[in-house]
Amino acid sequence: MSKPKVALYWCSSCGGCEEAVVDLAEGILDVVAAVDIVFWPVALDFKKSDVEAMADGEITLSLINGAIRSSEQEEMVHMLRRKSQLVIAFGSCAHMGGIPGLANLFTRQNVLDSSYHESPSTPNNEHVEPQVEYSANGHRLTLPSLWETVKTLNQVIAVDYYIPGCPPPVNIIKEALGAVLQGKLPEKGSVLAPDVPLCDECKRRESKPEQIKIDSFKRPHLAQSDPEQCLLAQGFICLGPVTRKGCGAVCVEGNMPCTGCMGPTGRVLDYGSKALSAFASLISANADDEIEKAAATIADPTGTFYRYSLPASFLHRAGHVKVTGDK
Amino acid sequence: MAKVTIKIDSQPIEVEENSYVLDAARTLGIDIPTLCHYPYVTPYAACRICSVEARDSKGWSKVVTACNYPVWDGLEICTNNTRVLGARRINLEMLMSRSAPHPVLQRLADQLGIKEPRWGFGDNTCILCGLCVRVCDEVVGAHALTFSERGIFRKVSTPYDQEADDCILCGACAKVCPTGHIVFEDVEQRNVIHKEFGLGPNAAIAVPFRQSIPNIPKIDTAQCIHFTTGGCQVCSKACPKDCINFDDVEKSEEIDVGAIILATGFKPFDATRMKRYGYGRYPNVITSVECEMMNNASGPTGGKVLLQNGEVPRAIGVVHCVGSRDAATNRYCSRVCCMYSLKLAHLVKERTSAEVYNFYIDMRTPGKGYEEFYERLMEEHVHFIRGRVAEISDWALDPSEEGKLTIRVEDTMIGAVRRIPVDMVILSVGLEAQADADEVRRMFNISCGKEGWFLERHPKLAPVSTFTDGVFLAGACQGPKDIPDSVAQAGAAAAEALALVDCGYVLIEPNTAGVDADQCSGCRTCSAICPYSAITILSDTLLAQVNEALCKGCGTCVAACPSGALQQKHFTDEQIMQEIKGVLNYV
Amino acid sequence: MFEKPSDNSRFEPRIVAFFCNWCTYTAADLAGTARMSYLPNARVIRIMCSGRLDPQFILAALRQGADGVLIGGCHPGDCHYQEGNYKTLRRIALLKRVLRDFGIEPQRVRLEWIAASEGDKVQHVINEMTEQIRTLGPLRLERREMLPALGEQPVLLEEEASAVGGGAL
Repeated sequence: MSKPKVALYWCSSCGGCEEAVVDLAEGILDVVAAVDIVFWPVALDFKKSDVEAMADGEITLSLINGAIRSSEQEEMVHMLRRKSQLVIAFGSCAHMGGIPGLANLFTRQNVLDSSYHESPSTPNNEHVEPQVEYSANGHRLTLPSLWETVKTLNQVIAVDYYIPGCPPPVNIIKEALGAVLQGKLPEKGSVLAPDVPLCDECKRRESKPEQIKIDSFKRPHLAQSDPEQCLLAQGFICLGPVTRKGCGAVCVEGNMPCTGCMGPTGRVLDYGSKALSAFASLISANADDEIEKAAATIADPTGTFYRYSLPASFLHRAGHVKVTGDK
Repeated sequence: MAKVTIKIDSQPIEVEENSYVLDAARTLGIDIPTLCHYPYVTPYAACRICSVEARDSKGWSKVVTACNYPVWDGLEICTNNTRVLGARRINLEMLMSRSAPHPVLQRLADQLGIKEPRWGFGDNTCILCGLCVRVCDEVVGAHALTFSERGIFRKVSTPYDQEADDCILCGACAKVCPTGHIVFEDVEQRNVIHKEFGLGPNAAIAVPFRQSIPNIPKIDTAQCIHFTTGGCQVCSKACPKDCINFDDVEKSEEIDVGAIILATGFKPFDATRMKRYGYGRYPNVITSVECEMMNNASGPTGGKVLLQNGEVPRAIGVVHCVGSRDAATNRYCSRVCCMYSLKLAHLVKERTSAEVYNFYIDMRTPGKGYEEFYERLMEEHVHFIRGRVAEISDWALDPSEEGKLTIRVEDTMIGAVRRIPVDMVILSVGLEAQADADEVRRMFNISCGKEGWFLERHPKLAPVSTFTDGVFLAGACQGPKDIPDSVAQAGAAAAEALALVDCGYVLIEPNTAGVDADQCSGCRTCSAICPYSAITILSDTLLAQVNEALCKGCGTCVAACPSGALQQKHFTDEQIMQEIKGVLNYV
Repeated sequence: MFEKPSDNSRFEPRIVAFFCNWCTYTAADLAGTARMSYLPNARVIRIMCSGRLDPQFILAALRQGADGVLIGGCHPGDCHYQEGNYKTLRRIALLKRVLRDFGIEPQRVRLEWIAASEGDKVQHVINEMTEQIRTLGPLRLERREMLPALGEQPVLLEEEASAVGGGAL
């Protein structure tokens, strides 16, 4: 009996999710023993044509990480969807849009301008930008086109499950893979991580005071933190209360406040505004001007609260879309 | 102290050794005239008017002053023989010759048979009796006055004749001064109506107002000299039953109750705000409240309606809607003023037979017998002029207005502007919410309406309840109303309050919040923000729990809960999301 | 000032109004019993306290087609539940910064303190806000996704149930 086939693919991603799989360390041997990896661009030499040649549904499981922003990514994920029985969005970018999702605060042209025209370290006297098509010496070269909007995986194809995290913690990956292989999966559309926030497993929970009141928020690089006390109670924006547990609160143990990469619990619909609501409620001021002052200590509320989830949020992106010419 | 027996005018009396003759005489009811004596200060014997002859059994005699002569056993006093009267006469005559004529001295002169001093009158109004100095020293304890200079230059003065820093403005010196040499003036021109009739309390200890309950005097510690200097306490010395307690302090008590009825009433509109009506400038322009005080038989005038100069007015104007139905002050109608204006018109007409004019905008007389009362007044020939009074002034345009207050008004029935001279004007002031209504209502967590009256839960169906369970309203604090309505509302409020406390159970809000323990992480965002302390963190699980009996159902914790573990019954996230969908997708 | 919405070519703003039960909703009732007429563009959702208002609701309303969101609560210091309106104030203060980053005009999300007796304020605020948003124009959030950009496919619209959440997370 042949082993189940597994594909891994990366879209707009940093490579951290591939690292996370590698982090299984000797566990990877168990994985390799249990499954056949038939496609993994970063590590193995299978080609797109190999996947194209497969039958629909031949791949048991595709783990796709990264957000979707280009025509190539779109094409690839559609293809993998056809060829796979199960598609799991792997990591924050596929789950909610991730860090690349923050580009939704800008237009596509803003991104191109900043990278190719305004960047002081890029010499570009001819003001060129990447083209979709380029002919030279009789050869035709093509590049994928860049979209205006960064999308989550489930905004492009139907997704069966989600493994959250940036990158997903090793134990979460192990449990998820184990559940797939044993056929003991929850209902479709579930996130394969515990549905309780991080405070539940954080060692500093007992140090929380009865009443948390915050006059002004602190930034981790500008203020000294007490290594024993709850970071939120000290005034740092720790998104532990809003974020699923499962990672063992390793960031907090390393004295850094949680940034919310595992996403919200199942009852929360818009991660950023829910986090905003919780933090705003803890501000101690009552007068208009004092509230403004306290709010101003959060340097970038949109970036802080929607750090990983902007494309998946209610508003998806900023501003109004301008339809630009063909490039 | 040992007792001695003395005789005054052959009447024996047993008194304490070394007490004064004057006190003994007064006990016997023998009148010895005095000028510089005051029971609560040390006798000074400055005036010598109380001179009496002291004798012993061995034939010794001497003219002494009764006020400060200490008695001894066997002393005999004669208060009215020729020698004594002669002594008094010469002293008084000399005093009068240095002083300006004054009724106080003249009265004594009449008693002693002096018409005029031989040497003519002087011009001093101060008779150097020293009462002011002694009172300020011994009773008040401020020590701001003393005698200075000598001989014919002797006078009462403040240190260096400058404004005395130690003077506490108690007015005691002015009160004891027999000749009115010391005058106490109200430099702030505060509104004092008919001050010689004593409207209102004028001593630091007084019954707060006539017919107050309880009807006993109260010390105003702000005015009381004892509380300023530690001295005086004259009232306590005068009280025969010794029931004045200066150590009485305000006590706070905490009482747990199940229901509260607010019946804090109203305040009358301040008529000084209607500058063109001259209240506070013209003493004969009074408010309806002051008119009521005057009409009261136990009031300052004994129930007579009098002008400031004591004369009976022959024409009286009653001005309706002062401060009410006016865009500049209050837009609403104060409801009770038309009826009380008619009542006052009737009363003053009955007592003075003056011509009474009522100036009204509309005559509002709902109620049993009210319209009939209005008709009766018309039959009594009270003049009713429909028009809002424009101005009240004392500028006379012709001789008929000399010395009168002229009311200028447009009589809208005849379409002409009239000037009506009257002697007295009664301003029917409207009702306003108390000045501290906003503070009070915050204390009880209720709202005020637009005009400052406490807000009832429903204008038709719940006029005595408020939006806060257990707090009820009664009377004018909820809106202007008269006595029958206030009584009815008070009964209703009492009934509702009793129903609440007698019930044995309370109905609480159903839309409380609840925590799903499986989804709670114990982040403590909720427990920080509940104003009712309804959320506790359990010590064993470190998770949150809502006490449904304390929860009032506001939902603030639900909006803050970062995990969605808290939900509010009947207002869950899902329900509200469906409402949003409903209002947007189907219309 | 009040025109019947019979002119079909005129843009009629859709405003979702969250009113707190004790003050603003009562004021709206009062406006009704006093027969004050105002523009019909605000659709009222009653919550017990403005403190119940989760910013998620505001964004959900905008996502589902509202051109503006009005939030009505008790005046500071007067909250029926003591302090709920202060929480709202803090949340909206922070949300406004985020909305600015999203490019949503500040007039579209408005927080008003309206006391129980201020029926006329309800009338005034709704009329004023409707006209302001009429001038600003429709928000057109969902249409954004349907505009084809270069290389972009039309979004697979999720089913109704998950459209509320913008995709199950």
